Amino acid sequence: MVRIQSVRKRYGSLEVLKGVSLDVPEGGVVCVVGPSGSGKSTLLRCVNRLETIDSGRIWVDGRLIGFREHGDRLHLLRPDELCEQRQKIGMVFQRFHLFPHMTALQNVMEGPRTVLRASRAAAARQAGELLERVGLADRAHHYPAQLSGGQQQRVAIARSLAMNPKVMLFDEPTSALDPELVQEVLAVMRDLAASGMTMIVVTHEMGFAREAGDHLVFIDDGVIVEEGPPREVLSRPRHERTRAFLGQVL
Amino acid sequence: MTELPVNAVAPRRPGRMVAGAAAGLVLIWLAYTITVNENLHWDVVVEYLFDGRVLGGLGVTIALTLLSMVLGVALGVLAAVMQLSDSPVLRGAAGLYTWFFRGTPLLVQLIFWFNIGLVFPVIGVGIPFGGPMFVEWQANTLVTPFVAAALGLTINEGAYMAEIVRAGIRSVDPGQREAAEALGMSHRQILRRVVLPQAMRVIIPPTGNQFVSMLKTTSMVSVIAGAELLTVAQRIYLGNFEVIALLIVASMWYLVLTSVASVGQHFLEKRFARGERS
Ligand SMILES: Nc1ncnc2c1ncn2[C@@H]1O[C@H](COP(=O)(O)OP(=O)(O)OP(=O)(O)O)[C@@H](O)[C@H]1O
Ligand SMILES: [Mg+2]
Repeated sequence: MVRIQSVRKRYGSLEVLKGVSLDVPEGGVVCVVGPSGSGKSTLLRCVNRLETIDSGRIWVDGRLIGFREHGDRLHLLRPDELCEQRQKIGMVFQRFHLFPHMTALQNVMEGPRTVLRASRAAAARQAGELLERVGLADRAHHYPAQLSGGQQQRVAIARSLAMNPKVMLFDEPTSALDPELVQEVLAVMRDLAASGMTMIVVTHEMGFAREAGDHLVFIDDGVIVEEGPPREVLSRPRHERTRAFLGQVL
Repeated sequence: MTELPVNAVAPRRPGRMVAGAAAGLVLIWLAYTITVNENLHWDVVVEYLFDGRVLGGLGVTIALTLLSMVLGVALGVLAAVMQLSDSPVLRGAAGLYTWFFRGTPLLVQLIFWFNIGLVFPVIGVGIPFGGPMFVEWQANTLVTPFVAAALGLTINEGAYMAEIVRAGIRSVDPGQREAAEALGMSHRQILRRVVLPQAMRVIIPPTGNQFVSMLKTTSMVSVIAGAELLTVAQRIYLGNFEVIALLIVASMWYLVLTSVASVGQHFLEKRFARGERS
């Protein structure tokens, strides 16, 4: 479903991704862990083209992200084509980024209404169902400022799901939450994983990676140092850097 | 449970009492001198307060303010969006615009627009760079004092509003834009649905101030005989020499206008704070 091939990305003289390759099959749940500044967010942001890449290729659902191939040359996609590609890629942020001037329901309706031009009735019905699914049917008319962090993040997940994405990207979805609110968000993500959603999850929640993940990737300094089944990597890391990192977070 | 009502005695504050008494005395003295001073001609003030010409000037002042604020805000949004765009040409054009019109006195600009006919005697629609014209007008008939005033105030206001709108747009968390982009929204949709509504909270208060100050700034067009409140007052006192009385009439109306506008501003600010507090 997602295919990342030899992706490199630099900011000025700082190379943040140094040739990263990763395959996520349909319905797969890949967890990405690594120290701060290792390039995890950057990798996710390249997948939905919030960042441009300097070399390599990324495909989502068989479509090359950001470019069109014409013979042996690549052509940059037009802005409207990029928008269309992004519709199929959901993204959940560490700091939620709900729209503060809209209620929970309006936040979830916004994508379908504005981008897909869905009717108000259809968008509201779907948004109601999604809020129900994340356990927030009774908070539909609350503004983000009136919701707890965990509730906001669940609304943000519903907002992404409203676009019927093929893939969901999570960038440390629980890192900004008080400890007692982490589980309610992870529970929603577990349900989502169980329902067959393809997911790439940057997280420090090793418990989630172990139980819900199919594949664990350890990134350090812009390269994938080690990867494999989560239980294996977590209990028997092969590389010294992985061991050192896991020693710190576990 | 026993109740413990608080019936505390306020501390004495002698300094504040003295200052209050002094301020009160000054106010009473002011009121006294103003009422007994025979040069102020309060009867003339009363006579002209609702004079037809004064009310007409009041109407022009309101019309000029509304027109130049509405068009100025639109122009300001346009210039702000241009300044934040990726295109260096658009950025440059918008930057030049705000630089020029914020950097020269409004008075000069008003006189210039009024005399535009000296530079372009004929104004029309046609093919630029010397091509044929389809419609043309004499500048002197097209650019009446009202048109020159509206033009000058609008273009000047747009330059100030551009800065205000730009600050508002920049105050919105970049994460908001990214979240909207991740949903697949286009730049225009993001601006309209996500960024501008949030920027409003920052844009509204200074815009309200601009509006209040525009009510007074319109008096500047009296230099080109704009027919607004001050021009009318001047015309009347040039005939009857009641200079002070008519300035008081004008000032009273300006105070009414700015007070009403301030109340409106208060309610607008409340409305746009929506969703920000729990
Ligand atoms: N827009 C940018 N401009 C310049 N440097 C950037 C930019 N974004 C990220 N970086 C740098 O790239 C490196 C990788 O950043 P990234 O956000 O991908 O790390 P991360 O693995 O997500 O870290 P964290 O766990 O702290 O979120 C960091 O050194 C960061 O300072
Ligand atoms: Mg990060």
